[in-house]
Amino acid sequence: MNSLNGKVAIVGAADTEVGVVPHMGATQLCVDAALRALDDAGINKEQVDGLITCNSMAEPYMYHAEAIAEYMQIFPRYCLGVGTGGGTTFSVLHHAASAIATGVCDTVLITMADSLHSGLSKEQAMAMQASTGHQQFEIPYGPTVPAFYALAGQAHMAEYGTTPEQFAAIAVACRKHANLNPAAQKREIITVEDVLNSRMIADPLHLLDCSLISDGGSAVVLTSAERAADFKSPPVYLLGVGEGHSHEHISQARNLTTSAAAESGQRAYDMAGVGPSDIDVAQIYDCFTPTVLIELEDLGFCEKGEGGAFVENGNVELGGSLPVNTHGGLLSHCHPGNPGSMFALTEAVAQLRHQAGGRQVKDANISLVHGQGGILSSHTTLILGRDKH
Amino acid sequence: MADHSGKNFPTPTKETAPYWEGCRNHQLVIQQCPKCEYYQFYPRMMCTHCSHGYMDWVTVSGNGRVISFTVIRRPISPAYKAEAPYVVALIKLDEGPTMMSNIVECEPEKVFIGMKVNVVFEDWSEDISIPKFVPQK
Ligand SMILES: [Zn+2]
Repeated sequence: MNSLNGKVAIVGAADTEVGVVPHMGATQLCVDAALRALDDAGINKEQVDGLITCNSMAEPYMYHAEAIAEYMQIFPRYCLGVGTGGGTTFSVLHHAASAIATGVCDTVLITMADSLHSGLSKEQAMAMQASTGHQQFEIPYGPTVPAFYALAGQAHMAEYGTTPEQFAAIAVACRKHANLNPAAQKREIITVEDVLNSRMIADPLHLLDCSLISDGGSAVVLTSAERAADFKSPPVYLLGVGEGHSHEHISQARNLTTSAAAESGQRAYDMAGVGPSDIDVAQIYDCFTPTVLIELEDLGFCEKGEGGAFVENGNVELGGSLPVNTHGGLLSHCHPGNPGSMFALTEAVAQLRHQAGGRQVKDANISLVHGQGGILSSHTTLILGRDKH
Repeated sequence: MADHSGKNFPTPTKETAPYWEGCRNHQLVIQQCPKCEYYQFYPRMMCTHCSHGYMDWVTVSGNGRVISFTVIRRPISPAYKAEAPYVVALIKLDEGPTMMSNIVECEPEKVFIGMKVNVVFEDWSEDISIPKFVPQK
């Protein structure tokens, strides 16, 4: 069968300093991430023949990937800058893997960074927020980004009896993991009460149900499984990848409580030949806590409607049945916007290399990484393995 | 007319002009497929149900129910400050389509999923009136 399963490996992965990084611009962070990933892979820039980046809000370019290639003086034969992040980050990994498997190029560097915390003026930040949504049919009503996700959370509460305490349990788990991660932006332990006592942003979302605003960058190097042995670091194999795309605007969603993660997940499981019970550790996109809960259900880790019960008894914490967002996630590690999903990817690599230190999941062999973007709009699921299978 | 300056005004397009003209006349005018009778929102040049290439414009009841909502505590911009906290909701019209709007003339705490609502129009300028929803009496 013509499948990507086992054909491509991640041979380099690294993050920049993240959180509040005022001494570096977004372009510098993007290049810094690239240099660190190349170093991790043990190669020089001349060995890169494919480059993928995402555009930056703080320092945008019309041709972002070309701008980074020019900055680094590399001359790729495969080059793509994307305008969005979230699920798109893993969609481009899907593209890169396809390009490698079909011989379009040999070694792809994916590097993404932004400085949303330090690089944007307050006016730019407000303008960015106001630009999310349909210009005629949503934005006039004054919704904020948290409000769009709150609509999904509120619908889940009404349909399945999910509680604010259950959403809060996700934020608590991510913070617990971030506490074990020296790189994380927010590390002090929080409780469910702390989440519920934090300022209400858009019911049912409190401040601590919302992800961070950060600076930072992250990069990976991909090559074919055959070539992977020539690289310095142990390879992590792509076993499965699947996408699902259902809408752009939340007011056009087919369903508020079931996302296209159900489709992306099933496609990735089918390619990998594994199921939810085979996953040792998962990184699940966590821009807001309800996002995680809905995705856990759609990815088959529990039945639809039982996400609340699944997260409230420690299942998603280290030591639980499915540790989730072991680096701290967007909620506690960092969220620089478009590049956000990349940190989940580099964390999955660290876990599968057994190099995650105090937050290592014992004997982690298979990891699922799920990204989504828009407003539960665009979904891509990756399944990564320590072995090719 | 109340002062709505600084708000995020919609910019009608060729495709959506009949909808906004309906709003200006305080009527909710959406599309219905002449072939399969499917109602759709927002306006498009095709029927998303049967792919028919032409849609009729029809005035609908303006009745619907809230399928989800949230309360915005901190307004998106200073122009929305006067109405904060305000309710952003998704309303499923009796004819089928879903649209985003605000629930007005109702305490935010009184809004619930399943609540029956009907359309009212808020005049923002000579040209633009915005459909909003109030609890059905
Ligand atoms: Zn039709």
